[in-house]
Amino acid sequence: MSLRIVVAVKYVPDATGDRHFADDLTTDRDAVDGLLSELDEYAVEQALQIAGAADDAEITVLTVGPEDAKDALRKALSMGADKAVHVEDDALHGTDVIGTSLVLAKAIEHVGYDLVVTGMASTDGTAGVVPALIAERLGIPQVTLLSEVAVTDGKVTGRRDGDAASEQLEASLPALVSVTDQSGEARYPSFKGIMAAKKKPVEALDLSDLGIDASDVGLGGAWTAVQDATQRPPRTAGTIVKDEGEGGKQLAAYLAEQKFI
Amino acid sequence: MAEVLVLVDHVDGAVRKPTLELLTLARRIGDPVAVHLGPGAEAAATVLAEHGAVRVLAADAPEFTDYLVVPKVDALQAAAAAVSPAAVLVASSAEGKEIAARLALRLDSGIITDATDLVAGDDGPVATQSVFAAAFTTRSRVSRGVPVITVKPNSAPVETAPAAGTVEPLAVTFGELATGTKIVARTPRQSTGRPDLTEAAIVVSGGRGVNGAENFSVIEALADSLGAAVGASRAAVDAGWYPHANQVGQTGKSVSPQLYIANGISGAIQHRAGMQTSKTIVAVNKDAEAPIFDLVDYGVVGDLFQVVPQLTEEVKARKG
Repeated sequence: MSLRIVVAVKYVPDATGDRHFADDLTTDRDAVDGLLSELDEYAVEQALQIAGAADDAEITVLTVGPEDAKDALRKALSMGADKAVHVEDDALHGTDVIGTSLVLAKAIEHVGYDLVVTGMASTDGTAGVVPALIAERLGIPQVTLLSEVAVTDGKVTGRRDGDAASEQLEASLPALVSVTDQSGEARYPSFKGIMAAKKKPVEALDLSDLGIDASDVGLGGAWTAVQDATQRPPRTAGTIVKDEGEGGKQLAAYLAEQKFI
Repeated sequence: MAEVLVLVDHVDGAVRKPTLELLTLARRIGDPVAVHLGPGAEAAATVLAEHGAVRVLAADAPEFTDYLVVPKVDALQAAAAAVSPAAVLVASSAEGKEIAARLALRLDSGIITDATDLVAGDDGPVATQSVFAAAFTTRSRVSRGVPVITVKPNSAPVETAPAAGTVEPLAVTFGELATGTKIVARTPRQSTGRPDLTEAAIVVSGGRGVNGAENFSVIEALADSLGAAVGASRAAVDAGWYPHANQVGQTGKSVSPQLYIANGISGAIQHRAGMQTSKTIVAVNKDAEAPIFDLVDYGVVGDLFQVVPQLTEEVKARKG
């Protein structure tokens, strides 16, 4: 019995670029080049390792996003995922986390799954709530924020390193897993992987394929409204001194002046 | 006045500081009603009442400690049904955000995460967020349902505001999903005796320039002289010099202390994302061109192994 793994990934604006808002207060996707969210590379990596340890497994990588989001799918396919699903629809522009989780959950059901794997958060929105939302919508256990994960005998186990404690978690499949950047380095696609990815199938879906009403997504369907966005004013240039033997003392004097000591 | 639910973050009834900050914010919107899940409600109620909780809804059951996230969602959902709140506030911890997300979906409501401020508005609470690595500040509101909002630590002052704080039992029926993810073992993190990173008023961080796990003692000594928490950049954590729990940045903790001291940290965007909202920023780095110096209120270009110990000694001397 094949283990069906779906990895949900996001195509995000490069964080090292100068990210901006568009006039409608959504992310300006034209301002900066996009790429596969770095945190989702860890999800792809763990899915590959889980698949490798299983007798028989198939990995579908899934994304919701504009045309360019195919780049994120290609990257995941070149790392070793078997096939891809791309949900693209003009009505999706401006969708919030609640709407995103709806589209992802419907698409995951469309693909068919035993295990859903995601990153811990996207590197643009950084809310980190979509994995929990997908689990809630699918009605499956959430085994989230794992730094270690394994799947054996229909069970997923993993370690969640929280602030107060490190927890060992266990759930039966089907389940949703999210992994942190501590779960293990993501592999680089090999030349062979990149060539093979070009031949792997990418299924294109729109909202009607998933039975989703356009009014439930997009800016109009969002359950939150951004009123305004202002660029943080540049910090006033600080005092910078060169240490010539007294740097620590000078810094202490500054901290005392600011009443920190 | 409308009631506002505040989920209590506590350890066996010892209420954590972010919850007291939530009570300050809740009072701007309505009458805070605290929801205490797990043991220790009576002890917690005293503190919660001192900080403005008009009521404390309490439920205890093994499910809260033996299973992940969902039992608390079931309980908060029961509290929301009992109270019909104007908003639900939860601290922005990893678990807090997951609880809030699932609750929002069940309440057919929008969610705002990582708010850094909250005020009453004509159409419900307006939340401030810091986005794109703190390059932008947005103000948003929930446009559907009961606003569910998670708030970052250090976003509001802790204020006393005595209220009744009557403890009332909260009846919770756990759903089928509540026992889906079992916590089979729990290893408490060893206490360093230092303040919690996200709650600390002062954070002292070390990066690549610290150049080795053994050298972090220099950073720790400065932190201890100031009563500060210790942070680390991703480079230092990836090199295995300091635990991941202390990582400040996009994939680690986001901190917003009164004072942030960056030592041997260049200030890559990923790090800036986690500390840029700090009130006062100080850096020590031998590279005068390091981008961190664009952020600082005060910077020292120099060898941290010279500057930091001298600073530590001076702090100790001044504190006498």
